[in-house]
Amino acid sequence: MNVVVAKTETARALSDCFAVARDRLPGAGKVADLRRQAFEAYERAGLPHRRIEDWKYTDLRALMREVLPLAPAPDAAALKRATAALKLHKIRSVRRLVLVDGVFAPDLSEMGGLEKGLSIRPLRDVLEAGDSGLQAQLFAPDNSNPMIALNSAMATDGLVIEIADGIVLTQPLHIVHIASGGLPAATYTRSLLRLGKDTGATLVESFFAADGAKAYQTHDALIVSIGNKARLDHVRLVEDGHEAFNISSAVVTLGAHAHLNTFAMTTGASVSRYQPTILVAGEGSKVETNGVNLLNGRQHADTTLFMDHAVPHGASREIFRAVVDDRAHSVFQGRIIVRPRAQKTDAKMMTRALLLSDDAEADNKPELEIFADDVTCGHGATTGALDDSLLFYLRARGLSEKEAQALLIQAFVGEAIESIANDDLRELAISAAQRWLEARA
Amino acid sequence: MSLLEVKNLQVRVEEREILHGLSLTVNKGEVHAIMGPNGSGKSTLSHVIAGKPGYEVTNGEILFRGEDLLAMAPDERAAKGVFLAFQYPVEIPGVATMTFLRTALNAQRKARGESEYSTPDFLKKVREVAKSLNIPQEMLRRGVNVGFSGGEKKRNEILQMALFQPSLCILDEMDSGLDIDALRVAADGVNALRSPERAMVVITHYQRLLNYIVPDFVHVMSKGRVVKSGGKELALELEASGYAQFEDAA
Repeated sequence: MNVVVAKTETARALSDCFAVARDRLPGAGKVADLRRQAFEAYERAGLPHRRIEDWKYTDLRALMREVLPLAPAPDAAALKRATAALKLHKIRSVRRLVLVDGVFAPDLSEMGGLEKGLSIRPLRDVLEAGDSGLQAQLFAPDNSNPMIALNSAMATDGLVIEIADGIVLTQPLHIVHIASGGLPAATYTRSLLRLGKDTGATLVESFFAADGAKAYQTHDALIVSIGNKARLDHVRLVEDGHEAFNISSAVVTLGAHAHLNTFAMTTGASVSRYQPTILVAGEGSKVETNGVNLLNGRQHADTTLFMDHAVPHGASREIFRAVVDDRAHSVFQGRIIVRPRAQKTDAKMMTRALLLSDDAEADNKPELEIFADDVTCGHGATTGALDDSLLFYLRARGLSEKEAQALLIQAFVGEAIESIANDDLRELAISAAQRWLEARA
Repeated sequence: MSLLEVKNLQVRVEEREILHGLSLTVNKGEVHAIMGPNGSGKSTLSHVIAGKPGYEVTNGEILFRGEDLLAMAPDERAAKGVFLAFQYPVEIPGVATMTFLRTALNAQRKARGESEYSTPDFLKKVREVAKSLNIPQEMLRRGVNVGFSGGEKKRNEILQMALFQPSLCILDEMDSGLDIDALRVAADGVNALRSPERAMVVITHYQRLLNYIVPDFVHVMSKGRVVKSGGKELALELEASGYAQFEDAA
């Protein structure tokens, strides 16, 4: 018997969306071909659902009930709302690069006085008139992950940042994704960060919405290559509106003796998934990947990390913390693979979840696949509630229930936040966590 | 009006009655010792006064300056001036002692409608008290009680007492786990806090502690009641004759 899987409503709507949008998407020729191939790959797989192991806890067929139309380029009113939102999320002494509704907004961005060796261009320009090497790198991620494939097909804008060999940037880069809060719409963005040999850079990514934004969908992909002996410090803050949908991927490749310190915190969005894939392709490189989910209401946030040790003498550390209140659902899937050649790999992963209510749910799935025999690897996962004896001690000293909980929650997520190497970035994460705790009180 | 009045207190834990009608009156300026064998209900009394969850008061009342203490949340009691020095102070990794002290002090002050301490004033105050208790600065930077010895944990309790200036201090088995030198330091800290405006209830199994913290009144508890009350000489009597005589009386 032939079984034909019927397209779901959502899948059909996405196909229509691509058909309508394809002629408006930037890039012709080779780029258009790559988009078409990516969309075909996406269509073959369809929206990921719970029977696919990787998507077991985040069933997009159930969670993504509607496909929103591609967001129009922001008009003057949208830019005005975005400007107001930007003020509230301002970070001092960074170079701000702003995407409003998925479209680069030069007037809100700081493109002047670029440091020597730093190049920044909007994705649209690179797709329409960039060199083929850059375009190839932009489409380098394969189409096996349907949501990356969808992003490859639909990406409209983003930032392409290159740092020339030997250049250490003193000013952090801040990519800001703002939903302007117009009509419900979807945005597809893709950015590329290329660090040459012996370089250093700091990248902050923020996702938030202007006042009054309701439902919107953010699809983002970040492609990063870190050259030999280069270092990237990276912080990612998802503070999207509570009706938002955020599916983001990061595809990172490290050369030899390179260093990545990355931290992701999710406090916003109704449904979110962040799927970083980190490939240690050069020997002697080091990765610290840490994350915190602070969730309440009916939020669903999934971090699915894939740490790939392909060569010897790599080290990686993952610390993940989830604090889950009300009926929220946190998912952490961390897979470490140590390939046969990757001897002397030192990889450790620890994930802990704190449940603040009986209806909260946390799924932790650490996985180790080791194909080399001379390695140091370990992982652990725990889930629990706040310790009553600690709460009573704090209350007996005058702290209200919420204050006592807040102090213990801060301590709980502290270990992940403390691992942020850059002082300013750490302060940024601490204040984002405090905003969540204050909103709770 | 008495500072603390416990009247005919009956308390259950999971269907089992621990206190069977306990009464106790404490006036300001007084130091009361409560002695008794293990399982007599001493710690239960201290927990119920501080508001620890898990105890069911089935009868009786506790008045603090005439107010119904049992109707208050633990943090309200703390702000009103009730302080329990824990028998086993908990360790709180990730919460620096300084942060904890400041958060607690300011929470109490806020609840009383007082202004928060400024950081320099607060630091000055903590350093002063810590010095008198022989608590090194390094300890204050660590997580609350993390890696502290038994004696250090008890001194940290007294540090809080000195900082919060409560009007009623309940010291639950302050001597447990302390050697004689540590005990002396802790007792000196407590004695420095004796004042005509403050009362203390010292709960102990052994008379030894009362050589250092000399009480005005001694109560003997047995099987969930106060079975005998007297002056400080009662403690010495107990030391000589033991608790057995009271177990029969109860």
